Amino acid sequence: MKDGLAPILIFGYGNPSRGDDALGPKLIERLEQRKARGALSDLDLLTDFQLQVEHALDLQGRERVIFVDAGISFEGPFRLTPAHPAEDSSYTTHAMSPSAVLRVLELMTGAQPPPCELLAIRGYGFALGAPLSDRAAKNLDLAERFLLQAFRVSSNLDQVVETTER
Amino acid sequence: MSSRLESTAHPEHLKRVVIEPVTRVEGHGKVTLLLDAENRIRQARLHIVEFRGFEKFIQGRPYWELPVLVQRLCGICPVSHHLAAAKATDQLVGVDQLTPTAEKMRRLMHYGQIFQSHALHFFHLSSPDLLFGFDDAVPHRNIVGVIQDYPEIAKQGVLMRKYGQEVIQATSGKRVHGTGAIPGGFNKPLSEAERDHLLADVDQMIAWGESAVQLMKKIFMQNADYHYSFANVDANTLSMVQADGAFEIYHGGLRAKDPDGNGLFDHQDYRDYEHLLHEEVKPWSYMKFPFIAELGPERGWYRVGPLARVNNCDRFDTPLAEQERQDFVAAGEGRPLQAALATHWARLIELLYCAEAIKELLHDPDLLGGELRQRGDMHEKGIGVLEAPRGTLFHHYEIDEDGLVRKANLIVSTTNNNQVMNESIRQVATTYLDGRELTEPLLNQIEVAIRAYDPCLSCATHAVGKMPLEIELLDTEGQVVDRIRKRASGEIEGLSC
Repeated sequence: MKDGLAPILIFGYGNPSRGDDALGPKLIERLEQRKARGALSDLDLLTDFQLQVEHALDLQGRERVIFVDAGISFEGPFRLTPAHPAEDSSYTTHAMSPSAVLRVLELMTGAQPPPCELLAIRGYGFALGAPLSDRAAKNLDLAERFLLQAFRVSSNLDQVVETTER
Repeated sequence: MSSRLESTAHPEHLKRVVIEPVTRVEGHGKVTLLLDAENRIRQARLHIVEFRGFEKFIQGRPYWELPVLVQRLCGICPVSHHLAAAKATDQLVGVDQLTPTAEKMRRLMHYGQIFQSHALHFFHLSSPDLLFGFDDAVPHRNIVGVIQDYPEIAKQGVLMRKYGQEVIQATSGKRVHGTGAIPGGFNKPLSEAERDHLLADVDQMIAWGESAVQLMKKIFMQNADYHYSFANVDANTLSMVQADGAFEIYHGGLRAKDPDGNGLFDHQDYRDYEHLLHEEVKPWSYMKFPFIAELGPERGWYRVGPLARVNNCDRFDTPLAEQERQDFVAAGEGRPLQAALATHWARLIELLYCAEAIKELLHDPDLLGGELRQRGDMHEKGIGVLEAPRGTLFHHYEIDEDGLVRKANLIVSTTNNNQVMNESIRQVATTYLDGRELTEPLLNQIEVAIRAYDPCLSCATHAVGKMPLEIELLDTEGQVVDRIRKRASGEIEGLSC
């Protein structure tokens, strides 16, 4: 952990009972189990149904933040992309985007938000009551392995983000 | 009482405008307007398209899972579903009266939920319309605009929302997916540390709540004629009240009044809801249309939620909220306020009440210990009802001999408000859109009317990559002649209809 900064936050969000929307909370659940066994002690973990305006306060003063969500608009098992403060239409909904939450933090505090990434894990079905699909479960395995590897290789993830963008 | 604009005789000859999705509401809603050649409104409908699958989701599950399971129906008010289900399961396990600690813990959780939900609704979703005007530039008319132009108000909104979440966390053990309420009781008392943490900020929350009421009252009165008339729909009202008629949101009898404030029924046991309320199915909507059985579907539809609750109750138990209620009642000049935008005013009086009630409860020693759970003989039917942020919420379960749910029926607040929301958009459409060229600010007035009810469409699903707002104009042959689109930036492009 860098001096004076709060631990890295991994924030998985989604509805655990809506099929592959559970990918974010599922990943947090797995990481919590590792934490319970004494690993990942320098990480904070958080989960919620969806991002909202008050979550800006959870990001304040962090060394880094990684959002984890289900995604549908890309090929491949998962995608890690930087998230920067931005104004988008999610301000007008009950569920905000990572960029919108970062923008709220920026405006409220006047400070530069922490470095953030969005780890989107590919999902396929989102029906109420549906279980995690087999394909999404495999993607979850790969995303978890990737994230753990990333922390072993580089605590600040910069190198990894660059790699996944190619 | 229902409007002539619900259905038109020859829709095939009319232009069709679709507002989809309606923004700043939870989930997926759609408005369709049919216009004739002179842009006269001939039909206006609000379609709720996400309400399916609740019962299937619940059927076959063991009853003891219900309070946790149903939280996942809604990402915005999981606590309301949690507590309504818990109340129903109390009856399944034969418990009529909770212990003082259990009931007060549930109330504390509930007040925290209403407080945070109302803060989100007013500050985040509705204050941009109210502070900047319905015709303000789209990129500015949002919470970011509020943060930039009114940073102190925005900060208060965020911190009030966070405080409500902290109350929920303290009572349920977790911010989300907690398990505070259990069949017949509650699973933990409040610790002294949790109580002291919440007490530290509660006076600030009350002060900010009072400021919020004053702000809304000022906004409403500054343009009183317009706000009184905008989406003003005469409706019956339904809500819960205490035995003495006082405001109640956790447990009480059902009271209904007509649009003039005359009683229709009072102190009715909500377990008899199936006799009091019936539901009508309409072919054009997935969502049912409930009505007061005695009045029938034409005259029996009703409003629930903050406006209904504040109109219906005789008083508040807390001093500041009661003082504000008296001002609110006086504004009606002898008749219940029926203006949709008065809902925001009522909502903030409720927010203030919840802050006061939280403080009162935090000083109650029962919260810190005592018996948590009661037990009784099993029953096969349980009906739990409470007042959720958006209105009366019904959970009805029947179980088999193995304790598995064989029947589930949920009437959520947005369903209760289905007809009155439709009537509200018709009033706005005929008053402000009829015969005019459609513009984004005009169409936004439709959305403002809907947002006053804060319909929650139980989505909670989201994924990267969402549908933008699109409005299509079709000719009499059904061909698209124009389309406008709200881009991810909020910018409108292609508006010429």
